[in-house]
Amino acid sequence: MAKLTFKEELCKGCGLCVTACPKKILAISKTKLNHKGHAPVELTKPEECVGCASCALMCPDCVITVER
Amino acid sequence: MSSKVLMKGNEAIAEAAIRCGCRHYFGYPITPQTEIAAYMSKRMPKIGGTFLQAESEIAAINMVYGCAATGRRAMTSSSSPGISLKAEGISYLAGADLPALIVNVQRGGPGLGGIQPSQSDYFFMTRGPGHGDFHIIVLAPATVQEMADMTRLAFELGEKYRMPAMLLADGTMGQMMEPVVLPEDTVDPETIPATKPWATTGTQMKRAHNIVNSLYLKPDELEKTNFERFERYAKLEKEECRWEEYLMDDAEVCVVSVGITARVAKNAIAAARKEGVKVGMIRPITLYPFPKEPIAKAASKVKSFLTVELNMGQMNEDVKLAIGCSKPVAMCNRVGGMIPSADEVLAAIRKEAK
Amino acid sequence: MAIVFEKPKSLTDVPYHYCPGCTHGIVHRLVAEAIDALGIEGRTVGIAPVGCSVMAYDYFKCDMIEASHGRAPAVATGVKRSMPDSIVFTYQGDGDLASIGLCETVSTACRGENITIIFINNAIYGMTGGQMAPTSLIGQVTQTSPYGRDPKTQGMPIRICELLATLDAPAYLERVAVNSVAHVRQAKKAILKAFKNQVEGKGFSLVEVVSTCPTNWGLTPDKACQFVEEKMIPFYPLGCYKDKE
Repeated sequence: MAKLTFKEELCKGCGLCVTACPKKILAISKTKLNHKGHAPVELTKPEECVGCASCALMCPDCVITVER
Repeated sequence: MSSKVLMKGNEAIAEAAIRCGCRHYFGYPITPQTEIAAYMSKRMPKIGGTFLQAESEIAAINMVYGCAATGRRAMTSSSSPGISLKAEGISYLAGADLPALIVNVQRGGPGLGGIQPSQSDYFFMTRGPGHGDFHIIVLAPATVQEMADMTRLAFELGEKYRMPAMLLADGTMGQMMEPVVLPEDTVDPETIPATKPWATTGTQMKRAHNIVNSLYLKPDELEKTNFERFERYAKLEKEECRWEEYLMDDAEVCVVSVGITARVAKNAIAAARKEGVKVGMIRPITLYPFPKEPIAKAASKVKSFLTVELNMGQMNEDVKLAIGCSKPVAMCNRVGGMIPSADEVLAAIRKEAK
Repeated sequence: MAIVFEKPKSLTDVPYHYCPGCTHGIVHRLVAEAIDALGIEGRTVGIAPVGCSVMAYDYFKCDMIEASHGRAPAVATGVKRSMPDSIVFTYQGDGDLASIGLCETVSTACRGENITIIFINNAIYGMTGGQMAPTSLIGQVTQTSPYGRDPKTQGMPIRICELLATLDAPAYLERVAVNSVAHVRQAKKAILKAFKNQVEGKGFSLVEVVSTCPTNWGLTPDKACQFVEEKMIPFYPLGCYKDKE
């Protein structure tokens, strides 16, 4: 059981977390833009998240908080 | 305890700095001021202070910057070419509003020049020795006693107005030996950082962080800091000018000079007075702030001014500015390390008196 | 559920101005994590460089000083000699540390000053728009090497860890990267050690972090991470170059 919290307004849509995720359950939004004009990351299958924090480790902007 | 000793000018600065709580010296050898570094290398380790011969004058001024940021009394010393190297660092000190002592014992230039005395960094130091709009306090000693006294004054004024301060000596001042009464050792260096709430001493988790910086990317912010800084300079100019007047009451010719040339001029003035020439001298002690007021006052009484300088005509311009070019400002100058004799100055005085 | 990953306490809430995917953000976090882990925020003074991270003073909660280009190790020396019990770190790019500041870098290492230097090696000058750095690779196209870096006229790249390892005084020199999760984990360990060394008075510690500059490399953040793996690391091998236990 794991929970991810995203500070969407800080996300720059760089995609490093998407590549890092071993479960491939992160994706850059195709529909949303944050107030800076970036398309933020989204968790596509929250139930499959194991809380490895690989995404948070690679995120340059401290967007992701991981609970397990 | 107070003591009267025979000391070399350079060494008097070093000892005076220690006695007013300076415990951190960063320098580099260059003639004619290396004695300051050598003296500090012996004294500082004995009192738990820092003596560091830096890898260059650039590194030394940046070490001063770091030390000054922590609120300590920091100093460096160099001579003309080394001061050129420090220009960026001095601009950073000024831009970050940090007090620090920089000693410039001037030698002939430009370029590698010579090792004999000069006063040819006057423009460079008084206009702001580095890029941007700024000033540093500039003090011009003419005796070994003043080398010692002005060291303490430089630290105190620098801290009062949050700006770097310089002792601008010519090479002769650094090298000559005279009796000097050294001040008592009264300043506890441990007490100094606490007087500076802006210093980067570590938050100790008790306050928001301090930032020592001169970068303001937003032009309106940068403009604001410039204007605020110049308000401080205006106060400094109003309240901290220092000068010495010599035989000015009935003077018809006013000599303006500093350092070794002021001493030579005094002899020439004495000889001129014996000939009945009514000549006096205004000797600036602060070159920034320049003593415009007494010089402007003198302009209403004298026929002309005569600057005696070891450069191609620098302080001459400041006298002209101070009097609004209302009277002639002549010059008696030597450069390259040559120093005018009393006879040369006397001849110049006679010329002005005609 | 317990928090297993969150933003370190010694980072401020100011959002980074860095480009999307720029690894400065990762390294800032690793530095802050080390400061948190060692409980030293209250006595730490950080020195920011000239470069993209010039405004690092806005991102760390400890006292910060902005240094002139290349002179951070000298500024750090001034701070450390004034306050020997403080923890002083510099954070510098490749122009700052290996070009204009090379003398200060080597001299400070030579003196064995008990400070921590974090060296960001991304083989380019980012802030000024992508000019050649001393660490730019042979053949690398930059604004000032438009035909690719030519060793005949533009010299060979410089390897800082190897260079400093020839000196007697440094205590710890390690080269790491942050282009993958595994590498970020190793980088975190190295940065923590570089700060712990200072706490324990072990001497000069430097961590060279092979980093990306997606914008000036003209690559996506992902491709930039691949470039580090395929081109940078072979020339700048990761590993420990000095460790005085």
